[in-house]
Amino acid sequence: MTSYFTLMFLGLFLPLTVVVYAAVPKKGRWVVLLLASYAFFFVLSRALIIALVVSTLSIYVCGRGMGALIAQRDAALKEAQSGKKAIRAAYARKMKGVMVAGLVVNLGLLAAFKYLHFFGRIIDGALALVGIHLNLELPVWAAPIGISFYTLMAASYLVDVFRGTIPAERHLGKVALFLGFFPQIMEGPIARFGQTADQLMAGSPVTRANLYAGTLRMLYGLCKKIIVADRLNALVKLVFDNYGCYDGGIIALGAILYTLQLYCDFSGTMDLALGMGRIFGVTLPENFRQPFFSRTAGGFWNRWHITLGTWLRDYVYYPVSLSKPAKSLTKHARKKLGNRYGPLLASSLALICVWLGNGLWHGAGSQYLFFGIYYFVLIVAGSLIEPSAARLAEKLGVSREAWGYRAFQIARTLVIIVVGELFFRANGLHAGFDMFGIMVSQFSLESFADGTVLKLGMDAKDFAVVGVSVVVLLVVGLLRERGVDIVGKIGAQKLPVRWIVWYAVFLVLLIFGAYGAAYTPVDPMYAQF
Amino acid sequence: MEEREAIIEILEELAPGGDFENCTTLVDSRVLDSLTIVALVSELEDAFDITIPAVEVVVENFNSVDGLTAMVQRLAED
Repeated sequence: MTSYFTLMFLGLFLPLTVVVYAAVPKKGRWVVLLLASYAFFFVLSRALIIALVVSTLSIYVCGRGMGALIAQRDAALKEAQSGKKAIRAAYARKMKGVMVAGLVVNLGLLAAFKYLHFFGRIIDGALALVGIHLNLELPVWAAPIGISFYTLMAASYLVDVFRGTIPAERHLGKVALFLGFFPQIMEGPIARFGQTADQLMAGSPVTRANLYAGTLRMLYGLCKKIIVADRLNALVKLVFDNYGCYDGGIIALGAILYTLQLYCDFSGTMDLALGMGRIFGVTLPENFRQPFFSRTAGGFWNRWHITLGTWLRDYVYYPVSLSKPAKSLTKHARKKLGNRYGPLLASSLALICVWLGNGLWHGAGSQYLFFGIYYFVLIVAGSLIEPSAARLAEKLGVSREAWGYRAFQIARTLVIIVVGELFFRANGLHAGFDMFGIMVSQFSLESFADGTVLKLGMDAKDFAVVGVSVVVLLVVGLLRERGVDIVGKIGAQKLPVRWIVWYAVFLVLLIFGAYGAAYTPVDPMYAQF
Repeated sequence: MEEREAIIEILEELAPGGDFENCTTLVDSRVLDSLTIVALVSELEDAFDITIPAVEVVVENFNSVDGLTAMVQRLAED
């Protein structure tokens, strides 16, 4: 068992967990989920489970510490006749110390596992500038599964307790299950304690409706992953690893298909995670909302990996842009530059932190940093241009809500997304620029006409399957965009219809999945971030 | 309800054309984007002599004029 996409997990581990969960009395069900979660983690990461235990214990202890300080503060405020502001400030300082200690432990673990080698290189580079050559060869360690995801959840717990958004949890098991719940441990979604913890502990019964809806969503996710993402793997890998052998048309095709592959892989895994959660009566937060219908680069990030975006918004963007220095900058800039451009200065400072954080979170590589900066520049430029674009459209009498204009915006955003993903997937920043250069300067459709395109690991049948899948994804996306609850609608049908749909999806998965020697399944892509 | 009227006035200046009287999805429907929210916080702090910490910048407080008014009144009392 190496991931969710194994027979051992889907055929044995998950069904067994569901059966034991359903058989155990309500009060003990959370224990089943916790044991299953720790067993899953142990099988995937062995002794590194200690990192998850340390994270859990650290946020639990720091949470309790802050909880005790809040109780003391409230008692002191009750008794005080005056000086309440000073009391609040004194306790806020103490609580901040506890929160920072917890953050240092958790972010320190993340840095040690993920960025040690990268930091070593940066230190080496900096010292080399002043003539010191240390040649620090810091090791690259194998990281515990999902550390990038559960560390952000751990940090959000600490900040939420500090802010008073949630009370400090007294039940260690609840904190452990929140952080380690196996359906979301590999790739998220990055949930908040207030969103899932109570549901995880509720021991909700496994109902027929939840079992049906959950497994149907899982099947849909498996279709995205096994029919599309795995099928595209050979071509994408070939093009990105040997880009010098191809013309711009093939590079563009590689970038487009990689974007589709990443979407199908990640959103498919999310369908699996949310479907599993549903079986246990837990509603995990959605991570995707038809991202390819976005009209702007910023809009794309409101629809793609939503829980990472909202995490960065709540714990980086607003704290930075509403910090004292940033507020005073906004105040002065608004007087000079007005309400539209004035706040942009402080916002840009916060956005740099957000996008460098976004890039670095994906990995310790220059291409990821570039990916973050790419979106930072596009989003800030979009904000700067927006008022002029609105005025221009008005002058030209173009309705920005007209069908044609919206289609233009969506097409433009798709190009931005595909170029971004090209750099993101490239084997280093240098390769990214090389590929972009070839795509632009040597663009040709000759490889499509002379049949080269069918010699890149995908035959005509594979392209046909991917083409039909894209149409299905588009139709499902359009329905969801219009607010149609597809699974709910199918679930409300009569029993024979429900089963026909279920088996039809299952058969499609069996028949069209990319199985066998001709395909090399891709490892869950976001699990490596 | 002086605060309510003052808040509507501020909103109309920052994001002209919005139906602030009735809209309860100012954030969800992106009438207020993150940039406008930073300006709004600055404006509200000046107008009501309050401090709005980042923790208060949540959808419940910013989705409607009622939410904003309640937040401003609460912070003014603190």
